Amino acid sequence: MTLPLSFVFFVLLGLSVYFYYHAKSGIVRKAALLSDRTKALPSHYGQQSFLWAFIPSFLVLLVLTIGGPNYIDQIFYNKIQELNPTFNESFVSLILAKVINVSNGKISTGEENIIMLAKDYKIAFEQLHFYRGLVVILCAALLGMIISYRQKPGSNAREQVEKFIVNIFFASAVIAIFTTVAIILSLFFEALRFFNLYNFFDFIFGLHWAPNVAIRTDQVAAEGSFGMIPVLLGTLLISFIAMCVAIPIGLFSAIYLAEFATPKIRDFVKPTLEILAGIPTVVYGYFAALTAAPFFREIGFSLGLDVSSESAIAAGAVMGIMIIPFISSLSDDVIRAVPQSLRDGSMGLGATKAETIYLVILPAAIPGLVGAVLLAVSRAIGETMIVVMAAGLSANLTVNPLESVTTVTVQIVSLLTGDTEFDDIKTLSAFGLGLALFFFTLLLNIFALSISRRLAERYD
Amino acid sequence: MIRKSIQSRRARETRLKIYGITSICFALIMLATLLISIGLNGYSALQQAYFKLDISVNTEKFVDDSGAPDNNKMNLFNWDGLVQSALREFFPEVKDRDEKKELFAIISANAGYDLKEIIKKKALGSGSHTLSVWLHLSDDADQYLKGRLSIDIPEEDRRINNKQIAWVNSLVERDIAKLKFNKTFFTSADSREPESAGILGSVIGSALTLFVTIMFALPLAVMAAIYLEYFAKPGKITDFIEVNVNNLAAVPSIVFGLLGLSVFLSTFGLPRSAPLVGGLVLGLMTLPTIIIASRASIRSIPPSIREAALGLGASKMQAALHHVLPLATPGILTGTIIGMAQALGETAPLLMIGMVAFIIDIPTTFTSSATAMPVQIYMWSDSAERAFYERSSLAILFLVAFLISMNLLAVVLRKKFEKKW
Repeated sequence: MTLPLSFVFFVLLGLSVYFYYHAKSGIVRKAALLSDRTKALPSHYGQQSFLWAFIPSFLVLLVLTIGGPNYIDQIFYNKIQELNPTFNESFVSLILAKVINVSNGKISTGEENIIMLAKDYKIAFEQLHFYRGLVVILCAALLGMIISYRQKPGSNAREQVEKFIVNIFFASAVIAIFTTVAIILSLFFEALRFFNLYNFFDFIFGLHWAPNVAIRTDQVAAEGSFGMIPVLLGTLLISFIAMCVAIPIGLFSAIYLAEFATPKIRDFVKPTLEILAGIPTVVYGYFAALTAAPFFREIGFSLGLDVSSESAIAAGAVMGIMIIPFISSLSDDVIRAVPQSLRDGSMGLGATKAETIYLVILPAAIPGLVGAVLLAVSRAIGETMIVVMAAGLSANLTVNPLESVTTVTVQIVSLLTGDTEFDDIKTLSAFGLGLALFFFTLLLNIFALSISRRLAERYD
Repeated sequence: MIRKSIQSRRARETRLKIYGITSICFALIMLATLLISIGLNGYSALQQAYFKLDISVNTEKFVDDSGAPDNNKMNLFNWDGLVQSALREFFPEVKDRDEKKELFAIISANAGYDLKEIIKKKALGSGSHTLSVWLHLSDDADQYLKGRLSIDIPEEDRRINNKQIAWVNSLVERDIAKLKFNKTFFTSADSREPESAGILGSVIGSALTLFVTIMFALPLAVMAAIYLEYFAKPGKITDFIEVNVNNLAAVPSIVFGLLGLSVFLSTFGLPRSAPLVGGLVLGLMTLPTIIIASRASIRSIPPSIREAALGLGASKMQAALHHVLPLATPGILTGTIIGMAQALGETAPLLMIGMVAFIIDIPTTFTSSATAMPVQIYMWSDSAERAFYERSSLAILFLVAFLISMNLLAVVLRKKFEKKW
């Protein structure tokens, strides 16, 4: 007998709904027997039964669904290892994968051992599914009955339900912390495995990035060298070009929109710039690779310059265009947050509008503008698709914008989209880069957010 | 002297204005260039070169002994041969082996397979049938007919040679080959042959992924926002949550992909390339966006509403859920739509969790291998065939049109429900 996940879930839901109505009518009956009034509304008792029956059982279902298959895999892994003690780890994993695929009917094989194991595997899964359904449904039924039995008209179900819900709300809010912690831990541990294989300082200060080629045979990782300086330099070069495009254009647009534009122009330009912000990065990447890069090449050719077809300037310029709306809308908010009284004061003393902007508004808005620019820099550094499609793969140690450079994100993508094994030094090095990227952007973000907050407090 | 200084001060103001207008114009021109260049690249993919064949088949070949249709026999039948011999009837002069090979290169390599699918769908009765079907020409012939392959370059550098051009032209003259609406693009999934590749697979993949994203992110975000606005006691934990939410909103998306790879795939053992995992990763990514939008929306509801509810004896929870939340819903929805638009256009995290594979089947469940629209665009623009470029552009046009309408919907919702309290 098989109990598929959706079936179990709907039975669970149905049971919980049943307990809702059961408790709701039950409490009224109990109160009538005692000729008493219920302390909370009958529906609160129903809600209590529903939540008490549903939530714990649902968690059990979740744990069994995620943990169960892993547990079975572990059992079979041990079984295979016991049968063949001479096999090394990766070979056992290989056999296990074969067993799993045979049991799914994805591949067929003639090896009898594997067919037998695959049969056992399938049976184990069926048992898992059966017991999962049984446990979850029994759990819900039991909990629902207990809570319905224990509900007294005198107990304040509303307070208990609300306390429970607040806790669920709190748990959802804490997910933000969990996500950050999970990012840090997962990046950190994978990066640690990488630094076990490769010297940390060689990674941070190395001048040569070539994940495939051996440069010294006596190196610990003879497969390649992982010095991140050229990659970092490429990232900074492209971000710098992007900022050269985005900062002036974004800032002047924001000043114009906030100080000069009539409401009509504002109502047209702002949403249009938002369209620019809403275009997916893959589209900018396509534009950079197929339109901007040939364009810069042509220009360079007519000037007698040799521009690479994956030049940093094409990727950087298009990234700058992508960031314009980001800077302009953030700066617009910041400039408009400067109190009107400062403007009035300046104009009242006879300053022109331009002087008011240059001498009063911009100095007052500077922390917010710096914050906006830093957030934009962090975005440029973390931007992936444009550079994956338009920048190069080879790590050249250069600051010439006409040459091809690579970036941290390009390397992460190229290292992880291949079919390499997960504990390969190449895939692990991607996590090293990921960790560096995360900390770099984290610092920028925290700095930027604290600066902007200081501005907000100054004029509140 | 004073007049002079006033003049220069005024000039300064004019300059500033000009800078502003120039910047805005530059941004708008760039937007127009982007959309127009992609549009010019992509519109031609709405059409595809087809050719018409009159084919006679005897369905009795495809039944088993009891007379029921037998798929196995159908699959084993030499469909390619049928198409090729029908094609050769148009060009009786082609005899040479190499020449025949060149001739067959002007029609799609999938033509036989397509013919089989057409016949399967028609479910013909038993007996012999003659029917005329439209099949794809090859991508090179298609590009030539659309004028996208320049024929000025020397023959050996071209993907289509003079003989093939002559055949294609002769088919067109005889009204056997022509450009027709490219239905395949909207009804099939990816393929190695550009002429049989479509976006339906990736559209469904995106839909499944977004469904998971919204089911995961929206409830969590709303609950977190209510907690942070009404129940959180000011203190270190609350501050820390806020710092985390704000910071997560600015973490590069690729980092979420790395998180998904090492937590969902390696630790939890969830399947690679699955919309389930993609949806969870994108959900984590959009969670802060929706939390921030929901909080702003909740905060914009005047406290008097909540205070009135509390004054009439509602509990804090009842005031929040029964009175504030319904009023804040339009704002929350707007934030959700913007978050979903962001998730729909996101590519990098999906590359990390393996949704970048070549998948010819249309995904049906949350755990089947799938790809998403932006990833499909990325893969096509990386391909060597010229015909994939225009398909990629057309896919971009659809994606962008959809995203813009999502954003417009958000703006309209905001305008419609915007209340001045």
